[in-house]
Amino acid sequence: MLKVENVTKVYKVGTFGGRTLTAVDAVSFEVRPGEVVSLIGESGSGKSTIGKMILGLIPMTGGTITVDGVPVKPGRDYYRSVQGVFQDPFSCYNPVFKADRVFQLIKDSYYPSVPGKEWTERVHSAIEDVRLNPREVLGKFPHQLSGGQLQRLLIARALLLDLKLLIADEITSMLDASTRIDVLNLLAELKGRGLSVLYVTHDLSLGHYLAERTVVLRSGAVVEMGLTHKVFDDPLHPYTRQLLSSVPRLHAPWEDAPPVETCLYHERGATGGLYEAEPGHFVACAKLDDC
Amino acid sequence: MTATTALPTEERVVRREALYFAVRNPKLVIGFSIVLVLALTGLFGPVILGVDAPNEYVAMPMLPPTSEYWFGTTTQGQDVFVQFVYGLRTTILAGAIGGGIAAVIAMVIGFVAGYRGGMVDEVLNMLTNIVLVIPTLAVLLIINAYLGIRSVGMQALLIGLTSWPWAARAIRAQTFSLRSRDFVDLARLSGVGTPRIIAREIAPNMSSYLFMTFILLFGSSVLIAASLDFIGLGPTEGVSLGLMLQNATQWSALQLGLWWWFVPPGAAITAVVGALYVANVGLDEVFNPKLRET
Ligand SMILES: Nc1ncnc2c1ncn2[C@@H]1O[C@H](COP(=O)(O)OP(=O)(O)OP(=O)(O)O)[C@@H](O)[C@H]1O
Ligand SMILES: [Mg+2]
Repeated sequence: MLKVENVTKVYKVGTFGGRTLTAVDAVSFEVRPGEVVSLIGESGSGKSTIGKMILGLIPMTGGTITVDGVPVKPGRDYYRSVQGVFQDPFSCYNPVFKADRVFQLIKDSYYPSVPGKEWTERVHSAIEDVRLNPREVLGKFPHQLSGGQLQRLLIARALLLDLKLLIADEITSMLDASTRIDVLNLLAELKGRGLSVLYVTHDLSLGHYLAERTVVLRSGAVVEMGLTHKVFDDPLHPYTRQLLSSVPRLHAPWEDAPPVETCLYHERGATGGLYEAEPGHFVACAKLDDC
Repeated sequence: MTATTALPTEERVVRREALYFAVRNPKLVIGFSIVLVLALTGLFGPVILGVDAPNEYVAMPMLPPTSEYWFGTTTQGQDVFVQFVYGLRTTILAGAIGGGIAAVIAMVIGFVAGYRGGMVDEVLNMLTNIVLVIPTLAVLLIINAYLGIRSVGMQALLIGLTSWPWAARAIRAQTFSLRSRDFVDLARLSGVGTPRIIAREIAPNMSSYLFMTFILLFGSSVLIAASLDFIGLGPTEGVSLGLMLQNATQWSALQLGLWWWFVPPGAAITAVVGALYVANVGLDEVFNPKLRET
């Protein structure tokens, strides 16, 4: 389904673009049909950047991304089956138009021949699927709606299309616990129907619930990936271990895992890549800089 | 409003709603009314007056306003009111054509450079800078020497072709910042093409800004036209408000107390630009739903 191979993104930063920032560093992973893969990593680790590259919204610096064996080709046909829900719902709506215009754009591009009445019904049912009341959310400007409502409208928008792949970037960040469960159940149901989802999150417990496999990202590079229960129950990389065991401690700042003196996987071929510790469970060298 | 009617006719609803707020906005109504009245005066005044030579000697020189000569006469015995009406026509025409051409160029270059970025942006930026540093007046002098500017249209065209750079830059900067908003990406995800994204997503967010740009270009075209008139590069026939002001200054109207000679053209220029500015503030309120509710 989705294959991300050796993908790298280097941003030019600084006044004259003199300095560079490697936001994504040779990342490879795969999402199979009907599979949910969660992409976990701290803020700034490059999760959204990967999502936008898959959607063809920003160019890659290197590597290849294919969907069903075809390289990403941004355009109407591609977005018919590959969609995204972005992280920041407030920025996703054109402030001068009403929020439900996002549905109209989908209709104009993909369903121009569907009669208005039938379309309205479809929109209503998609909105109800995300547990919103169409009466309350339609016909309003974005600033008249809450973050959670806007976020769910974006999910409803993506559901109007016949999707193969959904890039879900922190789609539950603004939802309360109960709505969150509903949205996740909705995703689970869609997954049952064959939808593949790249579920970007930093909420570890929820990633656990939904995803078959988990990819742990750190500073743009994959540190560990594999079946979710393997990664969660038996984390191999010190960073993953720390991430999973992290309990907030008051008055003590977050400390990064100390680099390991002798990396367990270094000798076993993890240099510059991932080492397959057990079938389907990959881990990066822990001696970050020296490997 | 029920969702059933809102959905299929979304665009129309937005437009109708904008119109609804537009006609209820006093700033917009007053501003546009003033411009409209002046423009209509310029358009139909000469026809109604039935005079086709505004610079003819018609009466005693230096007459103050009377019932016959509403705005008095000049040192040469020209009817200031007739000149004013003709001048209004020329000036609004020069402003509209010059400002319009400049606005179109500025929008095309600003939108494309700001949206595309990269090489396209750099090339267009270079072009903008070149036109920006070219001394406009010198170029117009040379062009005039070779081609001769005889008509208002020609003058306005040259003004339009040279006065767009700052506006292009401003539009580019705005476009650049809007382009990085997620709603632009979302529109792309909805299969909307680049020209439509610029026209339907980005431009509406800066519509009052674009209008403001046009107003300023309009105003500067009026002023550039006036200065060209002054150095003898204006249309050889006819009269403009700028030309009137210039004549008044040359003939020391201020020192001689002939206020009726320079006050009307000065006031008219101020009124046109000022009214457009007021309308712009009103337009901001109409286009920005957040400002509406307070
Ligand atoms: N347009 C850009 N120009 C320069 N640097 C950028 C740009 N966009 C992102 N970055 C940088 O790339 C890195 C990764 O950003 P990204 O948005 O992918 O992080 P993220 O993992 O999604 O974080 P979060 O969890 O906070 O959303 C960050 O260091 C960020 O500063
Ligand atoms: Mg992000």
